[in-house]
Amino acid sequence: MDIELKEKEEYIINMGPQHPSTHGVLRFELCLLGEQVKYVIPHCGYIHRGIEKMCEHLTYPQLVHLTDRMDYLSAHINNEAVALCVEKSMNVEVSDRVKYIRTILSELTRIASHQLWWSAFGMDLGALTTFFYGLRDREKILDIFEESTGSRLTQSFITPGGLMGDVHPNFQKRVAEFIKYFRKKLPEYDQLLTGNVIFRERTKGIGIMSKEDAIDYGVTGPSGRGSGFHCDIRKIEPYSAYPFVEVNEVTLTEGDTYARYLVRIKEMWESLNILEQLVDNVPAGPIMLELKAIKAPKGEYYQRVETARGELGVYIVSDGGPSPARMKFRSPNFSNLFIINKLAAGHKIADLVAISGSLDLVIPDIDR
Amino acid sequence: MYDFAPLIDSITSYLNTNFSPFWAGLLAMVMLGLVLLLIYAVLGLYLVYAERKICARMQNRMGPNRVGPMGLFQTIADLIKLLLKELIFIRNADNFLFNIAPFIVIVASIMAIGSIPFGKGLQAIDLNIGVLYILAISSMGVIGILIAGWASNSKYSVIGAMRSGAQVISYELSVGLALLCIITYAGTMQFSEIIASQQNGWWIFKGHLPAMIAFAVYLVAGTAETNRGPFDLAEAESELTAGFHTEYSGIKFAFFFLAEYMNMFIIAAVATTLFLGGWLPFHLFQWQGFNQVMDFIPPVFWFFGKTAFVIYLMMWFKWTFPRLRIDQLLALEWKYLLPINLMNLILISFLTLMQWHF
Amino acid sequence: MQTEQLTTLITSWVPSQQPGVSKQYPEFILPADQVHFVAQSLKAHPETKMDYLFCLTANDRKDGFHVVYHLTSTVYHHVVVLKVILPDKENPSVPTVSDIWRSAEYFEREVYDLFGIRFENHPDLRRLFLEDDWVGFPLRKDYKDSFTLER
Repeated sequence: MDIELKEKEEYIINMGPQHPSTHGVLRFELCLLGEQVKYVIPHCGYIHRGIEKMCEHLTYPQLVHLTDRMDYLSAHINNEAVALCVEKSMNVEVSDRVKYIRTILSELTRIASHQLWWSAFGMDLGALTTFFYGLRDREKILDIFEESTGSRLTQSFITPGGLMGDVHPNFQKRVAEFIKYFRKKLPEYDQLLTGNVIFRERTKGIGIMSKEDAIDYGVTGPSGRGSGFHCDIRKIEPYSAYPFVEVNEVTLTEGDTYARYLVRIKEMWESLNILEQLVDNVPAGPIMLELKAIKAPKGEYYQRVETARGELGVYIVSDGGPSPARMKFRSPNFSNLFIINKLAAGHKIADLVAISGSLDLVIPDIDR
Repeated sequence: MYDFAPLIDSITSYLNTNFSPFWAGLLAMVMLGLVLLLIYAVLGLYLVYAERKICARMQNRMGPNRVGPMGLFQTIADLIKLLLKELIFIRNADNFLFNIAPFIVIVASIMAIGSIPFGKGLQAIDLNIGVLYILAISSMGVIGILIAGWASNSKYSVIGAMRSGAQVISYELSVGLALLCIITYAGTMQFSEIIASQQNGWWIFKGHLPAMIAFAVYLVAGTAETNRGPFDLAEAESELTAGFHTEYSGIKFAFFFLAEYMNMFIIAAVATTLFLGGWLPFHLFQWQGFNQVMDFIPPVFWFFGKTAFVIYLMMWFKWTFPRLRIDQLLALEWKYLLPINLMNLILISFLTLMQWHF
Repeated sequence: MQTEQLTTLITSWVPSQQPGVSKQYPEFILPADQVHFVAQSLKAHPETKMDYLFCLTANDRKDGFHVVYHLTSTVYHHVVVLKVILPDKENPSVPTVSDIWRSAEYFEREVYDLFGIRFENHPDLRRLFLEDDWVGFPLRKDYKDSFTLER
């Protein structure tokens, strides 16, 4: 047998790049002591496409399409981040209609993303049935997207200056229907997973992240809020229609896998509340600003938004040309990933899977 | 009414009159082997089909519905596909052990099926230590799993195999002790006599609460012993990709797959025989009319019906529970099931001693 | 804390600081050898408490590499941007801040990977996305690639 033992009889396992629970091409280098994880080294870059470099050769409306491909589950929110940053640089403001529609789309995206996360998290823990319940409801949101934007996953609908087109006349009605539908279906999630004894045993007290660690590592989004880190950009620097609505930031203080799970479940309820405040009040107005050219004037601009996974920062350095001189995406998953060694060391392999599932990593967003 | 003994006897006497004793014995064995293999294959395939349909039902899906009516031939098509697939040989793997492992697993389950009474007289061998035999044979499968994990030259496989080893050896105890409860009641290890002892009521009913506890423990431990459901740590798709059979392909993988379902069937069949009266029909008090209607249903149907019920329970576990962690799994066995079982056994011994069961 | 107060505070630490051009956040251009000290002071000072580094990046400009630090406080929610200009494009290096904020460790690895800026005293300065034997640093403006998409 040629199972190679590194020095001091370390048993190294490569989890990934192809592995059912890394949800993409991420590689964890695990050192095991029997079932116990001694340390985890994440290796990324398997899906590095150089989006930041590509952006330097594209115009602003063009590069929006690349942002879909970062965190493909928060496509609308990524688009919105770039749009807001460019609008901020040009010192223009879109109409209220655009703001409302952007926010509704963002919140729908957040729910859809959390639904998929919930489905996959159950699968990570071995409860395969959750996957189908989550996707059943996510389908409703994707249908709304499809009807209004023409695309289900990478919409590129929000663009600097407004929206690509007006939403479908059915849009508001269908969103209102969805709110009603999902309010009935969300308790099913609790029945299937939250209340399960095995599930609680598997998640409670596993991978405890302190608030200090979350801030230190820059873990944002629901993962950070599970540790009591108040990092919701919707509250700190409200953008789009968030100043018009009441947003409650969901935070828990336990910081374990179960807390991160609960934060996401509660955020789905919270997103439904936000949607409810918005959906009936969408004002009329133009959907696209009439601008001569969409390009940022010379200077440096930064825009923070809250995606489904945390804080997305868009940093544009412009020389005044049609494309940016430098485009930096501070992606939430990049910062969320690297705490995994701290969380998983000393736990079992199965716990590592639960922890990495609870951080809700989307790999293309890490590598960009 | 539906006694298969005359049929079996007539075949035996026919063989004995027309052939020399050696040939008669050989022919009987060959026929028996063929029949068992047929049962094995058909059962295995349709258990896979049943699992896919049941899990589809639980997941708001249709399940297989393209090949044949209601997808009935889907698993047969799958089997043909698996037969045609390439057998991948792993570099640096221990080829002899690698190849023999699936056979050990599948032979263990085929041998166990031999002593299961499908109906009155429908039993290949009625050993006087039938329960012990089943326990001994079915625990042979874990050797195959350990060998498979070790010989694959893959780290995931080794972890899966070690998990499986720890798990099966622990839960073997609970399975054995739960069965011992009924053996204590019935006073025999022979399957035919255990069934005979349930003529006036199944053990799960007339054994009072302890029998029900034993049944529950047996169901949990049995599910764990087949590496299924919430206890599928040896495979643990999301952790170890596929555990001990990560490196297997084609028909060798199919053997593992089939053996898993047959082990589930064996666990369910033993539960049926010991706790639920085997092929005996369901009788209620002294209601003659009701009981006669029940008698009219052939015992084979009773046996498979009850087994299907137990199998359904096991599938239900699998599709609704998350997986346990290895330390929780072992804690469940050693800290909860085993003490419960031991107390239960003492209670049952006392009840039997005082003749307090019905 | 307001921009004026921040300016006086940072000027008291580093008299040679220059205000940046950005209008959005208060920005300070610091010499490379002072950034670690300022970062540490900003985190420790009770009135700034910049405990959260949310972005660290670099960009390749005509006057050299700019290393940009976006800091905020989880208590006061004010943002400050520190900038270091490294005129030496051949061998750029700047002290690490990964001992102050752990998040910097990986941002710095990314910057090292794509810009080739060395962070002194970094615990684990390896390439992050590209292969270890990759030649060149792609986000530099003078990077030439055999299959570049440039038009």
